[in-house]
Amino acid sequence: MNALPDFALACPELTLGIGAVVLLMLGAFGGEKSTSKVSWGAVIVLLIAMLAVVVGREGSTFDGAFVVDGFARFLKVLVLAGSALAVVMASNFAKAEKFARFELPVLIVLATLGMLMMVSASDLISVYLGIELQSLALYVVAAIHRDDARSTEAGLKYFVLGALSSGMLLYGASLIYGFTGHTDFVGIASALAGEGRASLGLVFGIVFLSAGIAFKVSAVPFHMWTPDVYEGAPTPITAFFAAAPKIAAMAVFIRVVIEPLHAVQQDWQQIVAFIALASMILGAFAAIGQKNIKRLMAYSSIGHMGYALAGLAAGNEAGVQGVLIYLATYLAMTVGAFACIISMRRAGGMVEDINELAGLSRTNLPMAFLLGMIMFSLAGIPPFAGFFAKYFVFQAAVQAGLYWLAVIGVLASVVGAYYYLRIVKVMFFDEPAEGFVPMALELKAILGVSGLFVIFFAFISGPIGAAAAAAAKTLF
Amino acid sequence: MSGLPLLSLTTFLPLAGVLFILMIRAQDEAAILNIRRVALITTVVTFLVSIGVWTGFDPKNPGFQLQESHDWMGAFFAYRMGVDGISVLFVLLTTFLMPFCILASWESVQSRVKEYMIAFLVLETLMIGVFSATDLVLFYVFFEAGLIPMFLIIGVWGGKRRVYASYKFFLYTLTGSVLMMIAIMAMYWSAGTTDITVLVNKPFPVSMQTWLWVAFFASFAVKMPMWPVHTWLPDAHVEAPTAGSVLLAAILLKMGGYGFLRFSLPMFPSASADLAPFIFTLSVVAIIYTSLVALVQEDIKKLIAYSSVAHMGYVTMGIFTMNVQGIQGAIFQMFSHGLVSGALFLCVGVVYDRMHTRDIDAYGGLVNRMPVYATIFLILTMANVGLPGTSGFVGEFLTLAGAFQANTWVAAFATTGVILSAAYALWLFRRVVWGALTKASLKSIVDLSTREMVILVPLVVLVIVFGVYPQPVLNACAASVDALIHNYQAAISAAGQTASSAAPALLIR
Repeated sequence: MNALPDFALACPELTLGIGAVVLLMLGAFGGEKSTSKVSWGAVIVLLIAMLAVVVGREGSTFDGAFVVDGFARFLKVLVLAGSALAVVMASNFAKAEKFARFELPVLIVLATLGMLMMVSASDLISVYLGIELQSLALYVVAAIHRDDARSTEAGLKYFVLGALSSGMLLYGASLIYGFTGHTDFVGIASALAGEGRASLGLVFGIVFLSAGIAFKVSAVPFHMWTPDVYEGAPTPITAFFAAAPKIAAMAVFIRVVIEPLHAVQQDWQQIVAFIALASMILGAFAAIGQKNIKRLMAYSSIGHMGYALAGLAAGNEAGVQGVLIYLATYLAMTVGAFACIISMRRAGGMVEDINELAGLSRTNLPMAFLLGMIMFSLAGIPPFAGFFAKYFVFQAAVQAGLYWLAVIGVLASVVGAYYYLRIVKVMFFDEPAEGFVPMALELKAILGVSGLFVIFFAFISGPIGAAAAAAAKTLF
Repeated sequence: MSGLPLLSLTTFLPLAGVLFILMIRAQDEAAILNIRRVALITTVVTFLVSIGVWTGFDPKNPGFQLQESHDWMGAFFAYRMGVDGISVLFVLLTTFLMPFCILASWESVQSRVKEYMIAFLVLETLMIGVFSATDLVLFYVFFEAGLIPMFLIIGVWGGKRRVYASYKFFLYTLTGSVLMMIAIMAMYWSAGTTDITVLVNKPFPVSMQTWLWVAFFASFAVKMPMWPVHTWLPDAHVEAPTAGSVLLAAILLKMGGYGFLRFSLPMFPSASADLAPFIFTLSVVAIIYTSLVALVQEDIKKLIAYSSVAHMGYVTMGIFTMNVQGIQGAIFQMFSHGLVSGALFLCVGVVYDRMHTRDIDAYGGLVNRMPVYATIFLILTMANVGLPGTSGFVGEFLTLAGAFQANTWVAAFATTGVILSAAYALWLFRRVVWGALTKASLKSIVDLSTREMVILVPLVVLVIVFGVYPQPVLNACAASVDALIHNYQAAISAAGQTASSAAPALLIR
């Protein structure tokens, strides 16, 4: 064992940590005027970290508590992209809504650091460290609009429920430690090797651990915070919540069940299959009655986490590959959809009602077209990205023999199609309402890129699928 | 012919037209005319290219031809295209009808012309793709993606209840399709490939077949549509703009029948044999019941829509007779129905453009002011009834002949549908065209314009030509149908040695 751990592997994380401190100083000494400088600085830091992930090498360090493998690198790129886009989307919005503070980008960078830690964690303790760093930053970010009652409420709700879930996660981790004698994933895996079924205590541990993580990915039955927090938080913050933290939490979920608990697959498979099923169904049905587009996106994201978990429930390599493709497309679709939601602004301020989109195809056809295609993609209609994502997760579920999960899942996606179609209908079939103020340039760019990604995914699915396959292979 | 990827060219050429239309930014009258012209030229050129597919196609070869293959998604699925004797007919039917659809929308569509033409061209690409894909996943992508432009066509340019109709169309079809998607996945894990050219020659294990068959049936029965899942069709037809109805009736419905021929029969032969009585029952019910329903319709388009359901009943019946007459008859019936029903909807569009109503009661005595229209409508009505000498007769006769060999009772019941179709079609004609012109609103109605003549006359000529000389269609698909039946019977006799199924004995003459 080396005297000093190999810090080079953690280069992206160190970049973010140091970058956050520097940006904080910049903000603290520069005052409120430096907010936009700090924002762009945060984007640059995130991009440098992404570059470090791409060119960095693989290995394991900190006594095996921190691992960089293909899986981690794939997801880190997604997380960093999600965070960077969120910072970009937030900066002008915060100015317009008068809650611009330099702390916002710094907190997002810190939360992202926690997420990278989660993605790379290969020890229950480092998992917890990552989750807490991420969560604490997110609680503050949710309530960043201090003068807005809804934002404050969202922050408080998120904090109380998040703290509860962290407690459950910690309790589960301690049970797993108690019944296997290890906290590191390799140790747990070797302690369980050869055992077909988990002992009762270990099952309890798995249940609590899954419950804690399910909170973070907002899977049913631990989803209750999602609609309120989505609705209450300022919209770009919602966009941030919808993408990067969920990807990181899914990464933890995948790694925890596949690496240490692989031997007791039939025990956790039931749990994952159940929450996948419940999320798909609830996400589909509960969204039907929503009038606020942010609440609708909240239920939509619950459903989408259900589909992704269906791939994880398969517990095989194809399943992990499916989940990775799913997360990549989910990121693009979510960011694109939120770029549109942020642009729902009239002279009087932000609007969030779905009916405000009426006749958008007459007033702003490009935006309506791209949002419409993103909605079809979210519904899982080919040839868009969402279809291929669903195809791969359900294909894995079918391979694992989970036919019932796949059949109920696709039927739930038909129910889900109903409310995505409603948005298309409002935009294309209804008589036009008053137009929105023109989109900001950076939002146009984000919508354009994510829209093109969604529409032309069929052409780039080969390389993305290959990258996801290589990433999934490292876990098996 | 191997140098030029003709099939892909045919499939994606309409998208080139979309690019040109996107470049037209202006909003004035001249720009809109340009948009229409570009759409028309694109569809005509696509048709000309598809003639190249036809000439490059060898009807004596039962297998897939003009094949193309490119890597797409590793081991999972690939971009594979190809046509055999069955699909090449539908590719041609699609490309042939598209220019007429564009022409039919020339004056009736005035709002959002640019988006309208784009939707139609995208739809054309997807429809051709459905018939020329030889990979399960690629087929599925084309098959389901077609919902999007059609949803928009009905919803944006449709009639009063367009929102209801478009939702119903979309959700009905999607529900059927997603089950097929699960079946496709199961097939991939069982066979290790999604290449249709491989799968058609290698039936699946008998234990899996029934489930897979049911999943595919869910999709194709809705698309076909078969009784009792046909209820989306009248709504969609009534609300869709004229050209949308034409494509729905002429092409989109054929995807169901094509699917049965391409997948259900060759890949799940045992299940097809077991469940043929089930299909016969549904088909006969569809023929008789929807014909009766058509009798009481007061909306012209709805009447034709129900008659489409009845005619599709002959198709499903013919397909599952598993003999040469039945299957060739079914293919011919689909081809002929594509021409006849497409032309009938265009006829309705002609009077709708003038009067803006589809109520049968609003018309009467049109023959007095529109003799040419009355003649054309009469010929098409006769073709819809299945009068000898029109293409409608050939398909109905062959399917009934096939059904007679398979099951006499089925043929007997189905034949009553011929009588009923005469009843509703002739009565419709009587109420709309014959009689004295008493309604004041019709006094100034004018006969067909040159544009409308250009649209309708070629279709009428083809209806008569194929009625008298159906050989081109039958010859094109003969080899493929023979191979299909041969493989089917081989699979059944192989399965019959192990399974104790009574149905095959009944079905093989």
